[in-house]
Amino acid sequence: MTDLATHADIAAAPRASADRLRAEEEAFLASQRRDRLRRRILPAIGVASFILLWAALVTVFKVPPYVAPSPQAVVATLVARFDVLMANLLPTAIEAISGFLLGNLAAIVIATVFVHRKSLEQAFFPVVVLINTIPVVAKAPILVLLMGNGMEPKIAIAALICFFPTLVNMVRGLESVNPQALELMRVLSASNSEIFFKLRLMNALPYLFSALKIAASTAVIGAIVAEWIGSTTGIGALIIQSTYNFDSAMLYATVIVGSTFSVLFFLAITGLERLFVRWRPANAH
Amino acid sequence: MTAAVDCRGVSVRFLSERRSVTALEDVSFEVAPGGFMSLLGPSGCGKSTLLRVVADLITPSEGSVSVLGTTPQEARRARALGFVFQDAALLPWRTALQNVELPLEVGGRRSLPQGAASPRELLKLVGLSGWENSYPHELSGGMRQRVAIARALLGGPRLLLMDEPFGALDEITRDRLNEELRRIWMETGATILFVTHSVYEAVYLADRVLALAAHPGRVAAMETIGLPRDRDLSIRDTPEFVAIAARMRAHLGHGAIH
Ligand SMILES: Nc1ncnc2c1ncn2[C@@H]1O[C@H](COP(=O)(O)OP(=O)(O)OP(=O)(O)O)[C@@H](O)[C@H]1O
Ligand SMILES: [Mg+2]
Repeated sequence: MTDLATHADIAAAPRASADRLRAEEEAFLASQRRDRLRRRILPAIGVASFILLWAALVTVFKVPPYVAPSPQAVVATLVARFDVLMANLLPTAIEAISGFLLGNLAAIVIATVFVHRKSLEQAFFPVVVLINTIPVVAKAPILVLLMGNGMEPKIAIAALICFFPTLVNMVRGLESVNPQALELMRVLSASNSEIFFKLRLMNALPYLFSALKIAASTAVIGAIVAEWIGSTTGIGALIIQSTYNFDSAMLYATVIVGSTFSVLFFLAITGLERLFVRWRPANAH
Repeated sequence: MTAAVDCRGVSVRFLSERRSVTALEDVSFEVAPGGFMSLLGPSGCGKSTLLRVVADLITPSEGSVSVLGTTPQEARRARALGFVFQDAALLPWRTALQNVELPLEVGGRRSLPQGAASPRELLKLVGLSGWENSYPHELSGGMRQRVAIARALLGGPRLLLMDEPFGALDEITRDRLNEELRRIWMETGATILFVTHSVYEAVYLADRVLALAAHPGRVAAMETIGLPRDRDLSIRDTPEFVAIAARMRAHLGHGAIH
């Protein structure tokens, strides 16, 4: 009898521990789900209470609509003038995205040239730094004078504003290669282009994406600021017009549309990053 | 039979504005084909430099080197060399298998020589089957070194150069990899030049040990290890092993005093 019992115990032991492992796994997954839910709900609560506070302040202090609108007024404007807002978002979006593409492409190409021709980097990097020290609000009028009043100066501003952070990050990413990996490539008799594509470029991807994420928001800022100077369409122009008209609800609605676009742009880049950078970079930053 | 590695009067000087360093001075030694030689010495005595000279990563200031009967450059171009670095040097965006496959994607090689082990077989040889699709950050330090060894073995190099490959590992892992390395050496028949600053590792692994002294790096002693070819880690407790290790330490001590 005792013998049998012991046998049963021995047989049960691994099963018991497997059961325990499963139970632990389930508990872990449940706590993960709770965490995820909390991460979604808490920011929503934060935003909601901010809007409530805003509504309360406007009502309690009887703030006149030409100083600050109530959230209800802003929502009403968003709905009523949705077509106007979208019609003005379109040029801004085109300018921001084209500037983003142009500026970053130029930065990537120039970073590649700099890495392969050190003397060019030494000659021209200071020029780039110099141009970058000019504030956007000062660059914008210069470019409007140079390029007229169309979309071109806005695209140029958006491109310029993207260019510098991407150039710096890209150069750093292409150069900060593990020296032993470079030696490995030499032991394998790899050509320069193989070293570039298989090592430097891949190494630079995480750096590139952290620059692109910054560029996604700054390109929109660049386009909007450029539109402040003598433009009739675009989010920037709409901001100026509604300010002059003391149309605070329209001003706020415009700002919300602009930032929403900016956030969506940023999220798109983050999505691309998830797709392309699946590894954990050696030197996370 | 020509030596697998033949260094004659090799000196390496690094020039710099602040201070120039003589990393190696008049170093001569030979490694027989199929031999296993440890390079043993204190930090900064030029072990890595010597390995880099053999791998054609540095040209010596003086002296001549021949590798597998030709110049280091020819040997490198012919893919006769495998190099294992101290920090594994895996590419973090490639899985274990893709890292082992890298040598097939660069340097004009697209296929393995006839009869050479495939990347999967090499991962199995180093005990990593089942980990093919893991990224380096998902592997332990010891596993990463094994991937690096598998990569160095791809294409069946006749000379394997290893620069303190287990230096950053704990003693238990290092012991196990030492045993595995001897097994791999006997299975592949490759010549191995192995850098370490551990006396025990040097003596356990090799059939010959070259002890270097520092400042400038020069040969302190060359010792043939008369231990049986078939050995396991327990050999480290035998009086013969202890005696050899004591002798090696004495050589190193002398080198430091000079
Ligand atoms: N690229 C370099 N430029 C200048 N000096 C160097 C260079 N590489 C090595 N040295 C110098 O040469 C000497 C030998 O260096 P080496 O790296 O070969 O030593 P080591 O024996 O491998 O040391 P460790 O055990 O710490 O790795 C050192 O004094 C080092 O400062
Ligand atoms: Mg070293």
